[in-house]
Amino acid sequence: MKLAAQKLETDILIIGGGTAGCFAALTIAEQANAKVLIVEKANIKRSGCLAAGVNALNAYIVPGQTPESYLEYVKNDAEGLVREDLVYSLALRLNQVTAKVEQLGLVIQKDEAGQYVARGNRNIKINGENIKPILADAVSRHDTITVLNRVNMIDYMVKDGQVIGAYGFSLDSEIFYVISAKAVICATGGAAGLYRPNNPGFSRHKMWYSPFNTGAGYAMGIRAGAEMTTFEMRFIALRCKDTIAPTGTIAQGVGAQQINSLGREYEKQYGNPKTSNRLYSTVRENQLGRGPCYLNTAGITPQQEDELFKAYLNMAPAQTLRWFEDGKGPASMPVEIEGTEPYIVGGHTASGYWIDRSRATTLPGLYAAGDVAGGSPQKYVTGCFAEGEIAALSALTYIAAVANQWPDDEAVTCKLAAINAHLEGSVGVYTIENIEEAMQKVMDVYAGGITSGYAYNSSGLKVAQGRIEQLLALARGLRAQNLSELMSLYEVLDRLGVCQVLLEHLAARRETRWHSFQENADYPDKDDHKWLKYVNSRLVDGRVQVILRDLVGRDEHYEHRD
Amino acid sequence: MSIAIDKGRCSGCGRCRNVCPGNLLTADAQGKTEIRKPQDCWGCTSCLKECHFKAIRYFLGADIGGSGSFLYTRQEGNLLHWIIVAANGTEHIITIDKNQANAY
Repeated sequence: MKLAAQKLETDILIIGGGTAGCFAALTIAEQANAKVLIVEKANIKRSGCLAAGVNALNAYIVPGQTPESYLEYVKNDAEGLVREDLVYSLALRLNQVTAKVEQLGLVIQKDEAGQYVARGNRNIKINGENIKPILADAVSRHDTITVLNRVNMIDYMVKDGQVIGAYGFSLDSEIFYVISAKAVICATGGAAGLYRPNNPGFSRHKMWYSPFNTGAGYAMGIRAGAEMTTFEMRFIALRCKDTIAPTGTIAQGVGAQQINSLGREYEKQYGNPKTSNRLYSTVRENQLGRGPCYLNTAGITPQQEDELFKAYLNMAPAQTLRWFEDGKGPASMPVEIEGTEPYIVGGHTASGYWIDRSRATTLPGLYAAGDVAGGSPQKYVTGCFAEGEIAALSALTYIAAVANQWPDDEAVTCKLAAINAHLEGSVGVYTIENIEEAMQKVMDVYAGGITSGYAYNSSGLKVAQGRIEQLLALARGLRAQNLSELMSLYEVLDRLGVCQVLLEHLAARRETRWHSFQENADYPDKDDHKWLKYVNSRLVDGRVQVILRDLVGRDEHYEHRD
Repeated sequence: MSIAIDKGRCSGCGRCRNVCPGNLLTADAQGKTEIRKPQDCWGCTSCLKECHFKAIRYFLGADIGGSGSFLYTRQEGNLLHWIIVAANGTEHIITIDKNQANAY
């Protein structure tokens, strides 16, 4: 099998047709006649994190709250280390993007006065099972947007330091795409599958974050020399045991507290109830011999139980099925909880591309939005919409002054040959799966995975760095027998590239800022004096170079300079 | 956790293959759907919701508490019926109106 090149030209290329990508495309189509091309690895109808749906909008300014109070919440939850300018710019747009998605067809619960019904201080109630089909339908109504489903993008095209498009390949036919664009918006999502998962056997993909979000956007940026930020702030979710279904629906929905095996509430003993502490307290209770831990659902009514069955079917159906398999629902049995393997995901923590307020990355012509963009945790769905909107408007401004460019023929030939090399020759002794498994084991044991209670130290990280380098070398020599395997091959290369950067970031932060998320056993305390700063990095000549940067305030206009 | 395809019921329409976020579904020699790697299914149920023939059964692996039940869906206008079939054959139907928000 051999791929052949095919050229495409567009004004704005959006890589990834998930939450942020679709919303960016809609924004452009409503504002201008610019040609938009969404390239999606799967099908935008059900791709990305929201394939199964989402059961609430968790970032909304409810009556009594303000964008300022939202920023304070996010900053406090992240121990002060956020890009205030980015978080605030999203907070200002949360309600307008919510109104827009309601117009597109999302069902949002309203009270008699026509106000959205709040679920807590920042959340509103919806029926979000079909949020992706709604977005895909809206996209299909615009003639200026073209969608290319089942095409896997692998690298940016860069000319004189400027991003001028991207390369990819079809999963259905032997086509190597060379796509020229005046601007590119990266919206690929974050990275799952770096660490050994909770259920490493048959149910290895029963993880919280989409196993199909493989860090491609990060990896493409890293390889092109883009600056990345705060990878060391990993996201580890507290989830229902086995099914890895969200816990917030139970905790917030029916007010269930976390209890240990002795039936005691433990969370408050570990400090303020922050996202990382809810997890850390559970990890510690287990380490101290007081596990398993549960969400205490004792006393909920049969009606509440029925509503929980429905809520889970709308986002994580495995949990409802599990209750039926057990023959007991949450009204008669507490729900066991555990921490997941670590993910890199900029919609929940601050990991991702280092961007300015316009969502421009450090590579001219390239914008980032959603889980792939760094600096602003707690974006959730609406924050990703808002970020897609900002990136779209910025890209539109940018393209007014640039023309389409093409890479040199030699660059295209070279890239195509590199891909075709993976499709030639015989398969060696190491398989793609074997390399992936080895990577997950190394990260789990030496870089703070589930096995080590999420803690790491410099000795372990050095072992991991050596092994990941070795695996990268092996992965570069892998062979694929068909297009699906070729996708898996590039996915493992991307994950290894993300691991390489993650390890440097974990080593660089010589403190412990977020328990469990970033638990440096050599430096177990938080050190505001030295470390209230961003750990950034760039790949230079194959080596990850760490850059420390000072905090950016809410009203600062940060510009990329060096 | 994964899906099992009842090829006797599969019509070969291909709707499910079109939506899998992991590109896991392919056609066999008869044009019926099969799953490339059952262990790579995320469990999102996108394929179930496309199937009009009850041909896709969603189940939990034994490693995450599965003990013989399976799940499929049926669309009826704005209603989405979730049918849980226990190992002993008893059915439990949960119906969700798409126009109603979740209580939680």
